[in-house]
Amino acid sequence: MNKIAEAFQNGKAYIPFITCGDPDLETTAKIIGEMSRNGADLIELGIPFSDPTAEGPVIQQANLRALAGGVTTDQIFDMVAQLRKDVKTPMVFMTYANVLFSYGAERFIAKSAELGIDGFILPDIPFEEKEEFRELCDRYGRDLISLIAPTSENRIAMIAREAQGFLYIVSSLGVTGVRSEITTDIGAMVQIIRENTDVPCAVGFGISTPEQAKKMSEAADGVIVGSAIVKLAAQYGRDAVQPIGAYVRSMKEAIGGKIR
Amino acid sequence: MTNSKGRFGVHGGQYIPETLMNAVIELEEAYGQYKRDPAFQAELTDLLNEYAGRPSRLYYAAKMTEDLGGAKIYLKREDLNHTGAHKINNVLGQALLAKKMGKTRLIAETGAGQHGVATATAAALMGMECVVFMGQEDTVRQALNVYKMRLLGAEVVPVTTGTATLKDAVSEAMREWTSRISDTHYCLGSVMGPHPFPVIVRDFQAVISKEIKQQILEKEGRLPDAVLACVGGGSNSIGSFYHFLDDRDVALIGCEAAGRGIDTFETAATMNVGRLGIFHGMKSYFCQDEYGQIAPVYSISAGLDYPGVGPEHAYLHDIGRAQYVPITDDEAVEAFEYLSKTEGIIPAIESSHALAHAMKLAPQMDKNKIIVVTISGRGDKDCAAIARYRGEDIHE
Repeated sequence: MNKIAEAFQNGKAYIPFITCGDPDLETTAKIIGEMSRNGADLIELGIPFSDPTAEGPVIQQANLRALAGGVTTDQIFDMVAQLRKDVKTPMVFMTYANVLFSYGAERFIAKSAELGIDGFILPDIPFEEKEEFRELCDRYGRDLISLIAPTSENRIAMIAREAQGFLYIVSSLGVTGVRSEITTDIGAMVQIIRENTDVPCAVGFGISTPEQAKKMSEAADGVIVGSAIVKLAAQYGRDAVQPIGAYVRSMKEAIGGKIR
Repeated sequence: MTNSKGRFGVHGGQYIPETLMNAVIELEEAYGQYKRDPAFQAELTDLLNEYAGRPSRLYYAAKMTEDLGGAKIYLKREDLNHTGAHKINNVLGQALLAKKMGKTRLIAETGAGQHGVATATAAALMGMECVVFMGQEDTVRQALNVYKMRLLGAEVVPVTTGTATLKDAVSEAMREWTSRISDTHYCLGSVMGPHPFPVIVRDFQAVISKEIKQQILEKEGRLPDAVLACVGGGSNSIGSFYHFLDDRDVALIGCEAAGRGIDTFETAATMNVGRLGIFHGMKSYFCQDEYGQIAPVYSISAGLDYPGVGPEHAYLHDIGRAQYVPITDDEAVEAFEYLSKTEGIIPAIESSHALAHAMKLAPQMDKNKIIVVTISGRGDKDCAAIARYRGEDIHE
């Protein structure tokens, strides 16, 4: 069983996201350790990109803060290398295609594999463009995570049949960001997914409160939370480690999970 | 890359969030249908002729030709179109297509404001809602166009993220489209973005080279030796080149904005300083740093101030069918002033980049050679900025 599948073996999976280098990599490393200790089953590490077109204002600004601080892909690799000595929680990189492509996609994926990164989420690589990266992921035994959106409709089955790792269900139209209400029929999407694959699915985009997390986890195998955490990072800066840890714990508990 | 669509060599593709995939597939299918529909084409031609004022003139610039002392220079007068630029050609096509698709709302990005004004115009004409995203910095540089868009009934949203210029306006329009797809068409203004936009916009702009070809054959009885046009995303240039692609003796020259020079960081000359990358839905050349972060670019021209270039241009560059030359701010401003004084035509600062190269090229060519320069737009919008560039303190 690969590491991403393991993340879904502890009840409903809780998947927090953090933008690397916001406000600095030392703080990011501490936040990741704290997430791991407080029940995160899989951690999404965002590599900042100058023009993150799928992100709302909260994560856009985190990207810009991190880049303004001078963080680079190589520095993030160095941080993960240090981190992996203690943190065993499965981890994936979330970034934009150009970050991989400009580094050399194979060089990037090989390096990530060596560091124990288990997969990649690339929001600007849809099903039709995935081969270029998927072949390399296969070669290095990593998972390329596919996304399914409220507009996917007739595409859900096709995407699900070729999914690996887990399926990222985008809960709402639009970009990332906290939402007061999620109206998409997640249950109907999951039903089509189930008919086509055994790969687990997690819901993201707009989830911030324990109540939302609980509701979404009932329909799927896990929940992904990004903007709400990045907001705490923005609010507390270098002191964000404890508040994020407490928040992660409350969310994992809300979806009925045990803290490992 | 078995399933990937819309390729020009390695360039192009559909690098967009899953949320938008069905929207671009729907657009591709609708376009495929209406492209072959004689009724649609007749309706579009009628709009282009009766409303936008086509065909645009191919004007022999006798004084400029005499003054430069070399090749004969013809100007393709896209500046005489309704709304003052080539942008209307594409917008009328896309707005009509969107209307046939049942969309009631157009969104658009704009740099200099020409595409925004054209989109707002088409929306007013066709009774559609319109929202235009424009970099905050550009709303200051092109304040008059902001007023025009509002006058035409559009909402203008100033974009403050990133560098607050054209690329950020594109990003914001894409974000808006992912949040509201069912009633909204994203009226992209250049030959960029995900497939099918580079093809749709090219086809709607190809009327420029179709007309140039007919007009030059009438006037000269032969094809030109060179066709010059400015390149930002590349819509007026691909429109000027398209019907000459198979005429190998016609040199095709795209003129990029070099800003303060291609040896500085203050440039937007993508072909000359960029690298292959993936951004804004396409694989193409982009100005970027070693880690793939998109570079903040600079040009005096808001319309050319973009860090990428359309995928078909990237391909024409790769195969050597077209040549792409950098033109600095200084050269463009000189050309802007030169054409105004010599021919009594005030060109857009974007188009002035192509003119600047014609001024270099024509004297090196024999008098029996012919150059066509596309004047993509009129320069009224640029007068205040150029005056300031020359040290005059005037404001609109």
